[in-house]
Amino acid sequence: MTDLPHSPEQPVVAAKTSRWKNFLKSDIVWSYRHSPVTIVASIVALVLILMAVFAPWLAPYDPFNPATLNLMDGFTAPNSNSFGGRYFILGTDNQGRDVLSTIMYGSRVSLFVGFSATLFAMVMGVGLGLVAGYLGGIWDAIIMRVADVQLSFPAILIALLIFGVARGLIPPNQQESAAIWVLILAIGLANWAQFARTVRGATMVERQKDYVSAARILGVNPFIILLRHVLPNVMGPVLVIGTIGLALAIIEEATLSYLGVGVPPTQPSLGTLIRIGQQFLFSGEWWILLFPAVTLVLLALSVNLLGDWLRDALNPKLR
Amino acid sequence: MLAFIARRLFQSVIVMLAVAFIAFMVFRYVGDPVSSMLGQDSTLADHEALRERLGLNEPFYVQFFTFVGNALQGQFGISYRLQQPVSQLIMERLPATIELAFASASIALVLGVVLGIYTALRPRAFSTGVIMTASLIGVSLPTFLIGIGLIYVFAVELKVLPSFGRGEVIDLGWWRTGLLTESGLRSLILPAITLSLFQLTLIMRLVRAEMLEVLRTDYVRFARARGLSQRAINFGHALKNTMVPVITITGLQLGSVIAFAIITETVFQWPGVGSLFVNSVAVVDVPVMAAYLVFVALVFVVINLIVDILYFIVDPRLRDGAKSGR
Amino acid sequence: MTEPVLSIKDLVVEFPFRNDVFRAVDGVSFDIMPGEVLGVVGESGAGKSMTGSAVIGLIERPGHIAAGEIRLKGERIDNLPEEAKAKLRGRRIGMVFQDPLTSLNPLYTIGEQLIETIRTHLPLNEAEARQKAIDLLSEAGIPKAAERIDSYPHQFSGGMRQRVVIALAIAAEPELIIADEPTSALDVSVQAQIIKVLKKLCANHGAAVMLITHDMGVIAQTADRMVVMHQGRVVETGTVGDIIRRPQEPYTIKLINSIPTIQRQAGDVTPAEAANDDGAYVQVKHLVRDFEIGGGGFLKLLPGKVEMFRAVNDVSFAIEKGKTFGLVGESGSGKSTCAKMIVGLLRPTSGQITVDGHDIWAGGAGHKERRKRVQMIFQDPYASLNPRWRVADIIAEPMRTLGIARNRTEVDHRVAELLTRVRLDPSVMRKFPHEFSGGQRQRIAIARALSSQPEFIVCDEPTSALDVSVQAQVLDLMQELQDEFGLTYLLISHNLAVVRQMSSAVGVLHNGVLVEKGPTDAIFDNPQADYTRMLLDAVPDISRVA
Repeated sequence: MTDLPHSPEQPVVAAKTSRWKNFLKSDIVWSYRHSPVTIVASIVALVLILMAVFAPWLAPYDPFNPATLNLMDGFTAPNSNSFGGRYFILGTDNQGRDVLSTIMYGSRVSLFVGFSATLFAMVMGVGLGLVAGYLGGIWDAIIMRVADVQLSFPAILIALLIFGVARGLIPPNQQESAAIWVLILAIGLANWAQFARTVRGATMVERQKDYVSAARILGVNPFIILLRHVLPNVMGPVLVIGTIGLALAIIEEATLSYLGVGVPPTQPSLGTLIRIGQQFLFSGEWWILLFPAVTLVLLALSVNLLGDWLRDALNPKLR
Repeated sequence: MLAFIARRLFQSVIVMLAVAFIAFMVFRYVGDPVSSMLGQDSTLADHEALRERLGLNEPFYVQFFTFVGNALQGQFGISYRLQQPVSQLIMERLPATIELAFASASIALVLGVVLGIYTALRPRAFSTGVIMTASLIGVSLPTFLIGIGLIYVFAVELKVLPSFGRGEVIDLGWWRTGLLTESGLRSLILPAITLSLFQLTLIMRLVRAEMLEVLRTDYVRFARARGLSQRAINFGHALKNTMVPVITITGLQLGSVIAFAIITETVFQWPGVGSLFVNSVAVVDVPVMAAYLVFVALVFVVINLIVDILYFIVDPRLRDGAKSGR
Repeated sequence: MTEPVLSIKDLVVEFPFRNDVFRAVDGVSFDIMPGEVLGVVGESGAGKSMTGSAVIGLIERPGHIAAGEIRLKGERIDNLPEEAKAKLRGRRIGMVFQDPLTSLNPLYTIGEQLIETIRTHLPLNEAEARQKAIDLLSEAGIPKAAERIDSYPHQFSGGMRQRVVIALAIAAEPELIIADEPTSALDVSVQAQIIKVLKKLCANHGAAVMLITHDMGVIAQTADRMVVMHQGRVVETGTVGDIIRRPQEPYTIKLINSIPTIQRQAGDVTPAEAANDDGAYVQVKHLVRDFEIGGGGFLKLLPGKVEMFRAVNDVSFAIEKGKTFGLVGESGSGKSTCAKMIVGLLRPTSGQITVDGHDIWAGGAGHKERRKRVQMIFQDPYASLNPRWRVADIIAEPMRTLGIARNRTEVDHRVAELLTRVRLDPSVMRKFPHEFSGGQRQRIAIARALSSQPEFIVCDEPTSALDVSVQAQVLDLMQELQDEFGLTYLLISHNLAVVRQMSSAVGVLHNGVLVEKGPTDAIFDNPQADYTRMLLDAVPDISRVA
């Protein structure tokens, strides 16, 4: 056989495309634009979030200022005027508070607790997951055992327990101001394990890969390897779990507030509003319960839909 | 096999001890048991006497061992709120919770597996789309809201089912059952459905995901290449391989039914251990909280053990210590 | 004129994507005669597997047959309804896949799987089917078939499993067997056996074989005729001997020339004299590495003996400066473990490794010297580059870590230089790895290895994941770089032909023991150890064409 010279593959000439344009052409954006359900969900979520964030400026009435409340406004049906002569688009509750305004402020509390708790769970879970996955050995065993045990206990139980303990430890006069933070801590501690387990699995996979070996050969500091090499590659699943975790945190907070062990009555969340509304459901004032309930469900549903879409969009196997 | 069980038992004991430790810390250091028990007008001498009697002046590890020893005998002290022994309270209310948990778990399991298989085998059918959407909504609905909704529709508007309580119960010695009376059964329906919905959604999605995964494997492809009928593949090969991981996760989920019952029991005023726990958290009734924690841990540990053993039995690879051989 | 068993005419298979359509198979035609073994050969993306899937009707969605005809013994089968197609599978057309581990259901015994298949197609009762299964297993070379029929797949080795798979495929006496890369997942020494089993069983049961593979050596030893495919089309057809010795088409010529062989070639590296161990640039002395097996986590806290597995057992060799040493072995031989120890990823249990006089495991100073001099090129071009980093950063990392280049301009300048060296356009440095092909990625990996200005590069299966023609280019590049920079290479591979082409000296590893070492020609032409002899005999090589 004669030896012919081997021609190199054609050198690749790079076109100068900007990062933004590349992103717009990417698979993720394509699947977003082709999924009407996701577009609707994201719009709904955005509206609700904006409404909550800007509640103090958008709400027609201030429902928690006793000076502006008038019992004559109480029990007004939706889209009608009260006995006191004011107009309420979604009606009022037994104390004359405007339902629309209470929903806006309530969403604010729900979202604040939900976001903060999820952020806390994410930071803790991702951090511990990275450590467990990269170091392996005894660290992995301990962290994962704890996570396993905690994952078997449902979040509600853990949150309730932490709440109860905190209540016992904090003196009564500080309980109100601390309640929100205790709640965030409780829900965060209840939800970190899911992040940890996922990140640990992904880290173990990436750790085997040769690009990590290449960095190790160079003697790069393991901490830097985790942060700059491994972390960017495990963030995908974290985002998906983060979104679904947010929906879960919102529901958990609502449940705890409904049970009476969540936010204090002075800062009602959607869960508290539902608890209040339940008392009047059977006597006919259905709107006091219905509108907060619908808002809660819309919020959780839209976030869940976004999470679902994100999971499918980021999954390379389904392409 | 024996080594495997021994190792799992060893780990279970460690877990139980850890939980007992946490329960003990809660019990001992949250709030002051003495003030809670004696109330406002007691004297310092009374306090001291009670401290002696309760053994609160002993060193830490002695108290812990006493706690564990008592726990093993079922003694958890006296509820602050109800002034009754905690163990007695729990035993009274346990049958209610167990019956509820059992009923809802059965519904969730049967429906969940069936729907999961169906949606996996017919991924493009319209009904599958409907079921998947419904399941997504199910996950977004808090349990208490479902309960309220069901009560409103069936109890208030249609007036066919009771809206709270357990109905008539029949006393069978130490177990009071509501399953043998008509009102008992009718009271069970709404709470059981409420409790089962979340589990059902989870199980269905899990079974579906697992089955889709299995249907993509090489051995299924090879089975098709060998000419096996689609039915033989779906129900012979795919199903068996799907159920293995499903068993584990379902087992763990079943344990959490008992805890989710907390919410359902509150909504329906069902007299079980769940509502007991909620009420005790609200007033920081520490003995009940600590006892409930230990009790739930025990349930989970036992279920975990059973699931591990089941897994061992079903998957032949584990039996040989996963030797791949070359 | 006998009728062909299989006749394919102008077959087109398409995959619709978002905006356009991808043609995996673009007008393919060939025939297979009864009893013959036809090799379908091509590199990745040639469409050969897709053709096989089309014949048996198992194309994954959304792919479909867009045009053409497939005839089995004269009857058209491509346009049949799904149920009719299903009836053909197993009964008239059988298929063997690449990976025997994933082809068998791990939860059923092989007996259960065999009996199920037999009874689906043939009217036998349970006892008769069981007997037939035992006969098939014996024929496939499984010892003590009557006992082992009740074992589970994981209780067999890879080669044994593939025999079971072949038995399963032929169980219903089909007329045609499609074998899709049947030996690619197996060890070299096992490959030859499995090919023989396949040929034997098919001959015994009167089935023709469509043997799909990228490995020309396998074709050379097994097939009667062959079809060369490239990018969905048939490039050339003919008897195996004709095509290998007298290729006609330009692509075929290029392909045949790219394939290395274990026979001596002009252009192979000149073998070295026996390396004088004590003055050599790289010296490996009595290297040992043990691993613990079983247990872990909490069990470590319990007292008792832990079982050890010796992966590397007293291995010693030396490499002259500027030369290439080839370390050959099958999977499980310990060659990767050796590589990891030499490069600093795994600490040896005992033994010494010296590079340029420095003991690289002697504390911090040792590590420092090693980092300056030693680099590595990995096997998998898809896993060795961080998918989230730009090419420029990937190549610059060694420079930055070792402090060779400081400011931005200097780094960019050097990166551009390195890219040109590996024959890539410097402007690609802003891109991400996924925008490149396997061969291009491996070049980037080489550029990265060079950026720390090493003297010694460990190459762990650097071309095993690449197509044959790409492999030739990358090996050429490595050779040029060695000549230009005086690099020393440790080439680790299971591919004897590649080792022959590139190395001046060779060591043969088997189960952690270095059974033989010496100059390349001596080892290949006159092997002393039994294992080496067995290995050289077993390798399917293109020079063995009948």
